[in-house]
Amino acid sequence: MEIKVAQKMLDANDEMARHNRLLFKEKNVFVINIMSSPGSGKTTLLEKTLGRIQPDINCGIIVGDICTKNDAERILKTGAPAIQINTDAFGGECHLSAGSIEKAASDFNLEEMDLLIVENVGNLVCPAEFDIGEDVRVVVLSVTEGEDKPLKYPLMFRESSLALLNKIDLLPYLDYDIGLTKKYITRINAEMPVIEISSKTLEGFDQWIEWLKNRIIQKK
Amino acid sequence: MHEMSIAIQIIEIAGASIPDELKGTPVEKLNLKIGKLSAVIPDSLVFCFDIAAENTAFEGSFLNIEEIPVRLKCLSCDHQWIIEEPAFKCDSCNSGSIEVISGRELDIESIEFQD
Repeated sequence: MEIKVAQKMLDANDEMARHNRLLFKEKNVFVINIMSSPGSGKTTLLEKTLGRIQPDINCGIIVGDICTKNDAERILKTGAPAIQINTDAFGGECHLSAGSIEKAASDFNLEEMDLLIVENVGNLVCPAEFDIGEDVRVVVLSVTEGEDKPLKYPLMFRESSLALLNKIDLLPYLDYDIGLTKKYITRINAEMPVIEISSKTLEGFDQWIEWLKNRIIQKK
Repeated sequence: MHEMSIAIQIIEIAGASIPDELKGTPVEKLNLKIGKLSAVIPDSLVFCFDIAAENTAFEGSFLNIEEIPVRLKCLSCDHQWIIEEPAFKCDSCNSGSIEVISGRELDIESIEFQD
């Protein structure tokens, strides 16, 4: 005897993500989910970004890591409120779930916030599968990681609205073909814009900040 | 990765859909659909499921996974095709404006009970 179930495995997460999205819309908060592999420079990128957009834009930051509060402590120094989620408390998960975002967001004053930035757990695989209720996903790829990462992690690059190619100040010291990376990104997601950026020299930051501000305005 | 937490969710969702009259009847098979573009690895999921199923209605049952190919549709010319390699560009008109029609599935289809 066979009975139909016809349900999605991630129903619970998707339902919570819908709930988050409604809440963020009601509070007029633009939410960006930043994803990358470990060590691609997400936290430094955030520190430098916050330095450029505060205090004009009121920000809140959620940082996900398996362990340590180091990233939140770095962000707090920029003056932005930051909450660290350590996923080991929930079983060492490799991604942030919609439920963990809901819990963290309840500790912020969303009424006074324009932009919520979520720095996901460093991992190019799992975070792409889990909707957290964000408006956009941004993938960060640094030029020390190998040109073919978009082909190896296609879901991440399909699901993102912007790719930031980070650490381009290192290009003179590397045998890295940035044109090849862009070609591979086009093969996965031809419509996604790509911005070359350096958190050290701030090259590309004008373009990145402009993209971000435009998206925030579009939501309002 | 996250296969263990997904295995636990599958057991919770499927367990909740067993009607009262079938409670206690041994489950033979649990049928799933997993898209090839999803971030779930079938072998890992089976491994985790067998552990997570202990002391539940699904202990000893077979996890039957149908892998769903990645099917794309070109939004410019309506052409549809299946990809084996990650190349999201229309193989008919070369457009990069592509919709993924299937391949993202993470679905629990049905439960089969022993007669």
